[in-house]
Amino acid sequence: MKKTRNSTTPTTGGGGATTAMRVIVPLQGVVQGRGGLFLGSVIPCALFYFLQLYLKGRGGRKSDDPPAPPESSPSETHLPEVSTLHRVHSRLLLSPRGTNGPAQVSSRANAISKQVDGPYYVGLKRSVDDPYDEMNNPDGVIQLGMAENRLSLDMVQEWLAEHTRESIICQDLSISGIAAYQSFDGLMELKVVVAGFMSQVMEKPQFFNPAQIVLTAGATPAIEILSFCLADPGNAFLVPSPYYPDLDRDVKWRTGVEIVSVPCRSADNFSLSTTALDRAFNQAKKRGLKVRGIIISNPSNPVGILYNREMLYSLLDFATDKNIHIISNEIFAGSTHGSEEFVSMAEIIDTEDFDRNRVHIVYGLSKDISLPGFGIGVIYTFNENVLSAAKKLARFSPVSSPTQRLLISMLSHTKFVQRFIKINRERVRRMYYLFVGGLKLLGIECTKSNGGFYCWADMSCLIRSYSEKGELELWEKLLNVAKVNATPGSSCHCVEPGWFQLCFSTLREKDIPVVVERIRKISETCISRS
Amino acid sequence: MAIEIEKPTVGLSKVAVSDTHGEDSPYFAGWKAYDEDPYDELCNPSGVIQMGLAENQVSFDLLEQYLEKHSEATNWGNRTFGFRDNALFQDYHGLQTFRKAMACFMEQIRGGRAKFNPDRVVITAGATAANELLTFILADPGDALLIPTPYYPGFDRDLRWRTGVKIVPVHCDSSNNFEITPQALEAAYNEAESMNIKVRGVLITNPSNPLGATIKRSTLEEILEFVTSKNIHLVSDEIYSGSTFSGEEFVSVAEVLEAQNYKDSERVHIVYSLSKDLGLPGFRVGTIYSYNDKVVTTARRMSSFTLISSQTQQLLASMLLDETFTANYIKTNRERLKKRYQMIIDGLRNSGIECLKGNAGLFCWMNLSPLLEEPTKESELILWKSMLHEVKLNISPGSSCHCSDPGWFRVCFANMSEQTLQVALTRIHDFMDRRKAMKTSN
Repeated sequence: MKKTRNSTTPTTGGGGATTAMRVIVPLQGVVQGRGGLFLGSVIPCALFYFLQLYLKGRGGRKSDDPPAPPESSPSETHLPEVSTLHRVHSRLLLSPRGTNGPAQVSSRANAISKQVDGPYYVGLKRSVDDPYDEMNNPDGVIQLGMAENRLSLDMVQEWLAEHTRESIICQDLSISGIAAYQSFDGLMELKVVVAGFMSQVMEKPQFFNPAQIVLTAGATPAIEILSFCLADPGNAFLVPSPYYPDLDRDVKWRTGVEIVSVPCRSADNFSLSTTALDRAFNQAKKRGLKVRGIIISNPSNPVGILYNREMLYSLLDFATDKNIHIISNEIFAGSTHGSEEFVSMAEIIDTEDFDRNRVHIVYGLSKDISLPGFGIGVIYTFNENVLSAAKKLARFSPVSSPTQRLLISMLSHTKFVQRFIKINRERVRRMYYLFVGGLKLLGIECTKSNGGFYCWADMSCLIRSYSEKGELELWEKLLNVAKVNATPGSSCHCVEPGWFQLCFSTLREKDIPVVVERIRKISETCISRS
Repeated sequence: MAIEIEKPTVGLSKVAVSDTHGEDSPYFAGWKAYDEDPYDELCNPSGVIQMGLAENQVSFDLLEQYLEKHSEATNWGNRTFGFRDNALFQDYHGLQTFRKAMACFMEQIRGGRAKFNPDRVVITAGATAANELLTFILADPGDALLIPTPYYPGFDRDLRWRTGVKIVPVHCDSSNNFEITPQALEAAYNEAESMNIKVRGVLITNPSNPLGATIKRSTLEEILEFVTSKNIHLVSDEIYSGSTFSGEEFVSVAEVLEAQNYKDSERVHIVYSLSKDLGLPGFRVGTIYSYNDKVVTTARRMSSFTLISSQTQQLLASMLLDETFTANYIKTNRERLKKRYQMIIDGLRNSGIECLKGNAGLFCWMNLSPLLEEPTKESELILWKSMLHEVKLNISPGSSCHCSDPGWFRVCFANMSEQTLQVALTRIHDFMDRRKAMKTSN
């Protein structure tokens, strides 16, 4: 009997203030009458304050506990702990002015800084602090938690070695040309070559109109800008789960917008069903959240499946029926490796009679041309108003000119691009099959996926108790004993425990047996105990 | 117009439809006029001269020379990726060398009178992003920042649009050279309180845009006292700190803090950028320097939304760490800006126009109030329009900077060649002559 988590609880990270208000306001109502407002504030405040003291006394908390009032992240700050009473009640009558402790930061900043780093971020940090290297650090952590494509770095480096200088400061262009102000949403020349690149990557003559493109410093701001444009604070997006952990940051941190996850299950191969969409939509409504759109990633992350035509039509039907938007994050389109056809939203919109105003595509170069810090993001929208707003908002996340010049040059070298796309795809395919094969030897099955450079593995056979707790125990063992950083399904809001995302794109072929061996060692201890 | 809509159109957010981006204001309307009819010495000598863009082109040649000589700075292909190379995760920390380079450069600009710790440097894609990021961190929707007027028109958009934070102006006027007074700060604070708005901080620009003048040390101390007494933050936007005409007159809030042993410094945050001092706006390089650990940590995480590519960081790191180059650049840049400033001041004075005494920046604060029909904002805009359409100069009206005294204009002088500046001055001279002639004939 597969247990599932409650998939409708809001993801952690909400401000402690809102929780406090939910407690206090009704209590205020209770204690009305003479001196009502004063007492109605003091008594619940006092209760709340003592409750917090008690909870703190009981020691550390996991990230899944109901949000406690924000604490400073212990490893990085040395500020004295400010009493939670001040922050929570800043707007009530008792708000103490002035002299207690340093000036406060905003509640959204508090929510972010308190985010006790979940497994996803802890794992990433560990792998960066103690990275595996065959020669210099053979006991280091092998990074399987980062979807960064190192498989084809050599080709890009080769190109750079030959062409860098001329492309930034080329013949006619002095530094004054690249240094002066240009529009924030990217040079038109770059948009043109990016549009061409997108078409090539998708292996179809799909036309992308450069005039509908806004370029940003990465896909992260692209998603955030769209979130700001399509939803107001307090609204929500429906997102099929499991979804990649960073989406919580991109959509929610600064916008005040919520994510309502739409659980997908292994029985359906983690594909999205309209029934689940409907259910999630109605649940959101019951919670008083207005749904403004759906965000999908295609190929999906972390699972790696492709949306077929029928599914995309159903999505568009659903969106039309509810009059909401669709954001399709197609950033992994260049790493499709299976037998299935990749269909972009752009293709559907071209051929069918849906309202284009509700469709927005996100793309980026960071997955296909993975140079650290080199990624640019693309917002591709058919909606004039969104385009106009996004162009102005790009000023907060612009791509620097030298990078733009370099990319214009690189992406204009058609032979290089063709060769790169082809070889990259082959390498992704090869690594995928090798890696999945290696895991299979351990009895670990992966979902059949057709895109992305990761696999979605069912490691439930290795966990002791079939629960999130069991999964996190395995995660810890993988990280600390096997020295392998994998992303646990719970960080991706997966409703079934035991699933892990393993990215193989930072590995070389000879690293795969090392990984398999390390997992085998701990799997023996897992199995022997069960 | 009532048209039968069959299907409801899909809605957008308030942010998307709001006009807080301010692009319909005169400040930006002038740019449009310039775009349509730009001055060119040879091809369009009667076009609009752009004097509304605070950009520094006077020292480009120095940068060009540097890059010619140091082509290895642009050879990223040769960089081998060692096994400790960081990737996407570490991106938001920024390259250590780059942060060190920024810290050193900021120290150099201040003549070594303040120290900057590279670990407190947070990197953003421009000062615009830095200011917005700080606003997200220091204030909640509905809260306010106090900003002395006149201020940079872009603040209305950068600090308010997505953040939902308000700006409450601190009124400064010509009676005391637009200096910030404790009374003005107090008045603004009380105004916010009376509207039930919570003030989270004060934001100053030092050297000031649009005034083109540095803030006195005593004023900085008063401002610090004020924010300490109210327990709020202070953001000091020092993006013009390298564009002072002499090395001595600029006092950074960092120096004041160092003098008082960093007491109460956790409320202070500095914004810097290379766009103005180095004339590299296209590079989009900004930083937040905060004395507050929590702000540094949070800002760093939030900078994921506004990263600078490693290539750009490396290119600039090697340049900024070259102290011979930077020392020479800073000195030469100052001299050239001073010369430009003198040129425009003298030229304007010959036309009978006075400016506020300035000592920094890429612009001067010109007083045209004697020319106004009436001392009103409307009269100012009429004058602005005739400057734009008759004299063909795009200058920025004080009202778009929220200046309470009508008739002041910001005029940029560093974004053009000397010849172009001369043409602009000639046009102003002729304009003033015509007005004098009209007056005497009436």
